Amino acid sequence: MQTDAVVSGSLRNRLVLILIGGAAVLAIFLFFAVRSYAVQVAQRGQDNILLASVTSMLDAAAFRDGVAEVDIPYAAFSMLNTPADDRVFYAIYQDDTFLSGYNDLGLLGENQGGQPSFQTRDYRDTSVREVTASRTLIGADQRTEIQIALAQTQDALADTLDQISRNAALLGLGFFALAVALSIWATQATISPLSRLTNSVTRRGPQDLSPFTKPVPQEMAPLVTSLNSLMGRLDQSLSQSEDFIAEAAHRVRTPLATVRSYAEATLLRVNKEENREAMRSMVKAIDESSRAAGQLLDHAMITFRADHLEREELDLVDLVRDLILRLTPVADMKDLTLDLRGEDTVTYAGDPILLQNALRNMIDNAMKYSPADGAIEISVRSEPVVAVTVSDQGPGFPLDEIETLTARFTRGRNADNTIGSGLGLTIAQDVATAHGGEITLRNREEGGACVILSL
Amino acid sequence: MRYLIALILGFLASTSFAQEWEDQRLFNDGAGGDALRVLSSTDTNLFAPLIEAYVAENPDTAVEYLVTGTADIDGLFREAPERFDVVISSAMDLQLKLANDGFALALDDVAHPEWAEWRNSLFAFTTEPAAIVINTAAFEGLPVPSSRQDLIGLLRDRPDLFAGRVGTYDIRRSGLGYLFATQDSRASETYWRLMEVMGGLDVRLYCCSGDMIDDLTDGTIAVAYNVLGSYAEARVESGERFKILDLSDFETTMMRTALVSKETTQVAEAASFLRAVIAYQSDDASNASPLPTLAQDGDRGAIPLDPATMTFLDSLKRKKFLEEWEDALIQN
Repeated sequence: MQTDAVVSGSLRNRLVLILIGGAAVLAIFLFFAVRSYAVQVAQRGQDNILLASVTSMLDAAAFRDGVAEVDIPYAAFSMLNTPADDRVFYAIYQDDTFLSGYNDLGLLGENQGGQPSFQTRDYRDTSVREVTASRTLIGADQRTEIQIALAQTQDALADTLDQISRNAALLGLGFFALAVALSIWATQATISPLSRLTNSVTRRGPQDLSPFTKPVPQEMAPLVTSLNSLMGRLDQSLSQSEDFIAEAAHRVRTPLATVRSYAEATLLRVNKEENREAMRSMVKAIDESSRAAGQLLDHAMITFRADHLEREELDLVDLVRDLILRLTPVADMKDLTLDLRGEDTVTYAGDPILLQNALRNMIDNAMKYSPADGAIEISVRSEPVVAVTVSDQGPGFPLDEIETLTARFTRGRNADNTIGSGLGLTIAQDVATAHGGEITLRNREEGGACVILSL
Repeated sequence: MRYLIALILGFLASTSFAQEWEDQRLFNDGAGGDALRVLSSTDTNLFAPLIEAYVAENPDTAVEYLVTGTADIDGLFREAPERFDVVISSAMDLQLKLANDGFALALDDVAHPEWAEWRNSLFAFTTEPAAIVINTAAFEGLPVPSSRQDLIGLLRDRPDLFAGRVGTYDIRRSGLGYLFATQDSRASETYWRLMEVMGGLDVRLYCCSGDMIDDLTDGTIAVAYNVLGSYAEARVESGERFKILDLSDFETTMMRTALVSKETTQVAEAASFLRAVIAYQSDDASNASPLPTLAQDGDRGAIPLDPATMTFLDSLKRKKFLEEWEDALIQN
């Protein structure tokens, strides 16, 4: 079965990318917004100074002896001093006739209504900010208009803008860095409930189909609800089939016992050798079926108990000894000896019924595959982990099947002429898993199989 | 032969710009190539040590030193900026306007205090006060004035002694005289009263500090107003019989400035010359210069290098100022 999901993109990456992309766009926007605002403010600052300067020059214009005069105040140029030593140009006109200053510095046009006008333009190979303003002088019998153009280079302004651009860039970068950190954090925080859910699903035991009860964010509630309902149905159908199997096995076993006793009775009465042979085969088949039914029952019981494990303190050696005692008659029939080795007492907290079942299946298996007159060694130890080892002198496991033998209804290739359902090792495995341990299969060097139940 | 013709043509060309220099000297004429042409208002004897120090360091460069008045410098240089490599003048306003009008080359690698340079193209290298100098013999038995007010009183009281014996710059001809006069007029109204008194005493007008000091030395005049302090000091030290007044009211201080012509063909040499001048004038320890050094603390009393200095160069304003000055001083 395919367990790997088909992956298309990543929610986390998508979220981080969207957030970082948004932050980058915002940071760039912030940079340009701050810069353009600063440009406006700085330009307005220069304009204000230029206007103040040109106004003070215009204020110094007056008629003297009937002649218009402009006595430029010292402060007019003084206030134009900048840290970058900007150059200053001016031209004074009277009714559009050049009076003084730089005669190539023209007046700006569209200066109607007496409002000063500003313009950035090229003058003498450099960019200057020019202001033009005018004032009408009214004399005794004349009126004249004094117009002044004043221009200043923009080096200090450029320096200021450089400074501001640097600061704005730093601001944008800082904002971006903060936004990246925040978006990573936010993504992490958003994704983490999903990871937690994934973790808790992954950590579950194979039999655990109970619903998720931990609180999850609202957006994940439908997912968890569906998951819970899916698992509920799965659980129900599983237990139904287990019930069905148990019920079926039970129903089959009782009539089988009746059939067997009839068959045995019949065997005693039949004299013809070929009929006796047929009857013996019949009894053997009935035994096999009955045993399989028993194991199915065991398995169903183990599946149930494993879900509701009841641990109690017990002595494993005692448990094994007890088992050996009960199995000795069967072993004697095959001329097998059961040897108990290892420590005298090994205490362990576990479900005695399950452990007994698992060990019985293991010993049972060993007895089935052991040649006659063989010895089966059973040893119990507590170090390094609590483990029970059952070894026989049989043919051992086929090496290429060793990994798959514990699956349900799987039987080894060499099991053809032995009775079995393929459930024995599965039961042992389920019990080990329920106790948090495992089953290890291997072949002994001197021949024979060895099954270790470590807990 | 061709070289000879070129040489002759070159000579003719240079003489066709025939110019009456106050002084003209070629330093290190042994060096080949074009000489660095320095246009200056500073007397040769005051500036020679600097040039000699420079050519000692740069034996491959010849320096032609051309001296004329500050107003002439401005006119000559504006007319043909390509003919001169370095311009040195005491008329800060004219120099600043040259820089403002784009005649000066910006030198970015000259380390100089912010207050002593403008746009990295105009560099101040001396700090020199305008001085009032009196002939001690003429003031025999008279109190030494300690302010302009004192001087006005003294001149007014003794027209017999001072008539025809006071001198000052003819600010119509001298750029530096105009700078001093305009700055004085900004500082105090006393200036105009002094000018009126001097006008009443039939003032003598001079083109240059040197001439004024010469006349003061031989007793032709008893008071010289707004003489360059450095020139006077150079003579006082040589034991001449006059005294620089130490006035309590105000002092006009100018800074001698230098710039490299934007159209110079010898940028590297001109720049290194300017740097050498600045270094020479900034180094107090080994200074053997007859010129005062640049006040290292940024003397706040000095006329600042900022656009306001150009204010009085406005033709309307200049015309008005000169009219007032003439009204006050020339009362025939």
